[in-house]
Amino acid sequence: MTHSTAIARQMLLDAPGLSEAHLGQVMDRLLSRQVDAADIYFQYSRLESWVLEDGIIKEGNHSIEQGAGLRAISGDKTGFAYTDSLELSRLLDAAGAARAIARAGQHACHAAGPGATAPALYAPLNPLESLNEAEKIELMRRTDAVARAADPRVQQVIVSLVAAHDVILVMDNGGQINGDVRPLVRMNVQVIVEQEGRREQGSAGGGARQALDFFLQQERALGYAREAVRQALVNLEAVAAPAGMLPVVLGPGWPGVLLHEAVGHGLEGDFNRKGTSAFAGRVGEQVASPLCTVVDDGTLPGRRGSLSIDDEGTPSGYNVLIENGILKGYMQDKMNARLMGVAPTGNGRRESYAHLPMPRMTNTYMLAGKHQPGEIISSVRHGLYAVNFGGGQVDITSGKFVFSANEAYLIEDGKVTRPVKGATLIGNGPEVMTRISMVGDDLALDTGVGTCGKEGQSVPVGVGQPTLKIDQLTVGGTAA
Amino acid sequence: MTDMEQIAQLKQVVDDLLQEAHKQGADNAEAGVSVQTGLSVTVRLGEIETIEHTSDNGLAVTVYFDRRKGSANTTDLRPEAIRESVAAACRIAKHTSEDPAAGLADPELMAREVPNLDLYHPWQLSAEAAMESARECEAAARGLDPRICNSEGATLYTQRSSFIYGNSHGFVGGYPTTRHGLSCAVIAQQDDEMQRDYWYDSSRLPAALADPAEIGREAARRTLARLGGRRLGTRECPVLFRADVAPSLLRSLFGAIRGHAVYRRSTFMLDKVGTQIFPDWVTISEDPLIPRGQASAPFDNEGVATRYRELVAGGVLQGYLLDSYAARKLGLQSTASAGGVRNARIASSGQSFDELLREMDRGLVVTELMGQGSNLVTGDYSRGAAGFWVEGGEIQYPVDEITVAGNLGDMYRQLVAVGSDDAIPGSVKTGSWLFENMTIGGD
Repeated sequence: MTHSTAIARQMLLDAPGLSEAHLGQVMDRLLSRQVDAADIYFQYSRLESWVLEDGIIKEGNHSIEQGAGLRAISGDKTGFAYTDSLELSRLLDAAGAARAIARAGQHACHAAGPGATAPALYAPLNPLESLNEAEKIELMRRTDAVARAADPRVQQVIVSLVAAHDVILVMDNGGQINGDVRPLVRMNVQVIVEQEGRREQGSAGGGARQALDFFLQQERALGYAREAVRQALVNLEAVAAPAGMLPVVLGPGWPGVLLHEAVGHGLEGDFNRKGTSAFAGRVGEQVASPLCTVVDDGTLPGRRGSLSIDDEGTPSGYNVLIENGILKGYMQDKMNARLMGVAPTGNGRRESYAHLPMPRMTNTYMLAGKHQPGEIISSVRHGLYAVNFGGGQVDITSGKFVFSANEAYLIEDGKVTRPVKGATLIGNGPEVMTRISMVGDDLALDTGVGTCGKEGQSVPVGVGQPTLKIDQLTVGGTAA
Repeated sequence: MTDMEQIAQLKQVVDDLLQEAHKQGADNAEAGVSVQTGLSVTVRLGEIETIEHTSDNGLAVTVYFDRRKGSANTTDLRPEAIRESVAAACRIAKHTSEDPAAGLADPELMAREVPNLDLYHPWQLSAEAAMESARECEAAARGLDPRICNSEGATLYTQRSSFIYGNSHGFVGGYPTTRHGLSCAVIAQQDDEMQRDYWYDSSRLPAALADPAEIGREAARRTLARLGGRRLGTRECPVLFRADVAPSLLRSLFGAIRGHAVYRRSTFMLDKVGTQIFPDWVTISEDPLIPRGQASAPFDNEGVATRYRELVAGGVLQGYLLDSYAARKLGLQSTASAGGVRNARIASSGQSFDELLREMDRGLVVTELMGQGSNLVTGDYSRGAAGFWVEGGEIQYPVDEITVAGNLGDMYRQLVAVGSDDAIPGSVKTGSWLFENMTIGGD
């Protein structure tokens, strides 16, 4: 049993007085009609957040999320119920509701067994207690002071600090019990600057599966403050963005949201099993330029998108999605893997006990190529250099996706020149990936800020990429 | 337990919470608690796919110690979790700063009586009956045209909730509500091209939901209409935002006139109260007291009585959206806006959708928007879009993979017309919006 599983068992079974015999009883109830698979997911979660605004600590919030979700699967049919109480009677009620999905029939068998062991990618710590209140407040105040001191045009600074302690335990119908203790911290700095009546904003932050002193190390928090101010001041100078098809160079790191939208969602197993993705049935085909190798990697220690085990107990993996432009495989949870006849890939994730798991990304990035970032930029006569983005969105069926640049520059005669206003970029995922003509040697991951939404469920993710060039992409500015 | 018993029980929870907060030294406190149960059934390709029994509880408490604020919430309503939450809120309040604007809404603003807005119409729906409706909906979609080749399924849900809010002014109020909905998403194929679209309806009242088969057919029609989409060349032209995407333009306005954005000076609507932000024929209102309304509420999230209000009259901005905090920061009074705008409506300039097409003559109809490209600090607007190209006042062909861009402040001022075609689902009432000129990014 891993250390994390031991902690999770103590908090989620021993504390509410649940024994293995009780779990067996609940599992029997879930399995008492024909089902192929079932699981019980326990969660104990505490989240604390603080907000500094107008130079004062304005708000703090403490949040509890706790309960169990029970799922019974028959073929491609799922029955699901959940309860915020870990009392045996409530678990049995939920099991009875969830199993109603299956018609009468055979009885699947289960036997208790030890959980799989996966290497822990983060310490099983409680980040809420990793700094005391005075230290948390001092961290936010120093960050605020650095942002305000950075430039006299700074009018407003909002600093937020969030720490989450998430403990989960999942038992499958094979009797395997796996637990995980998942720390997650996040900090953000937003500034408003004003100059001669023109106002602009900038925002920067980061996060990790670490203790809160992550933000003290390497003066990260102060770096966010300086970065947010820098971005806001750049925006003060921005002119109208161009409209139309242009060569676009994307900077390293967070612009990897391109991959998340253009290919990531389209390669999730559920959409491909159902044939609703533009990438369905295309394993083995060329879906990107040969310069592109894209992976989904949940095994990076301490990263925001990483998981020692996924929410079904499967160890997360280093999964090659596209290799030298060829589609290699999809991201899977247990149900879609079984229905497609492949192995689960450790991508079965859920927002909480009150949501059903489905295939989701972890950290999705493109491997480094051979070009120097400078030579990529100098290869463009007239184009856009986009280094920072807001969110994105994709229609996985048509392949159309967007992502919104919020820091971008014109490239004129091979040189980065004027900053332009934010603009949406739009393309077709499979098409755009084939138009990637240069890939830099400067792979970077984002600073730990990503949250992905799918069917109403949010989960933390990471993205990354080297500098890369897309020969033609539609830019949604106003300068036609 | 009957709903009345449940409400009484929740009221007790709130009373206990407020007492506990006072016992721990808070001068003021407020608390809300809600319980919700429901059923959601999805049918895909004629077969049941998921049956979800939902059960969502929530409790939120805020305490004030000399204008220092602390808050906590929990999905776990057992007494030990509630005690932990109150203690956490009080602990946090020892570390937040004294803030003159913090505190409960002013006592004289509290709702004195809570009108019954007829929001509670439970549906005794079995999983089998839900499955039948969803199946009928999806079958109608799949049967409309052979090009409908695949489906993401149809989902029917029903929810019932009860909630209570109370605070140290002695205000306590709450009521049960219901919400029901049916949606369907299908996929059409033509040659190598696949398109997906959906349609839905939702209501407080089961009988008011649109016919399942009609929802399915509308999902199919919308999906088929996307097939054969072309790109446009980059250009400037008139743009008509069809009614079902127009609510996002109102929501951007509401985001920009939120009191919190105003006191932070982070909005392009700063200092615009009393000035002309739309043409003089534009009226935008909210009416939180509509019986059975999807966003109706007799009091806001701070207990402040709600009422009908014009946000824009004669094209002039009448006021901001203020909760008690933003109101104090700005030296104004709460507009009962804690929790957002309720049942917004923009009055039509009278034209039908077809009349708007003729008025536009040549331009773009937008039927889908993608991404988050509205910058509410500057008003800069740039979003992914799909829709139809119009010439001679008639739809010519579908277009996709383009962008529409402009500045919201300019767009609002130059609004040409709002259609009478406001029969869209949801709590926002609007017809289609016609703009004189926007930038289209394409080939």
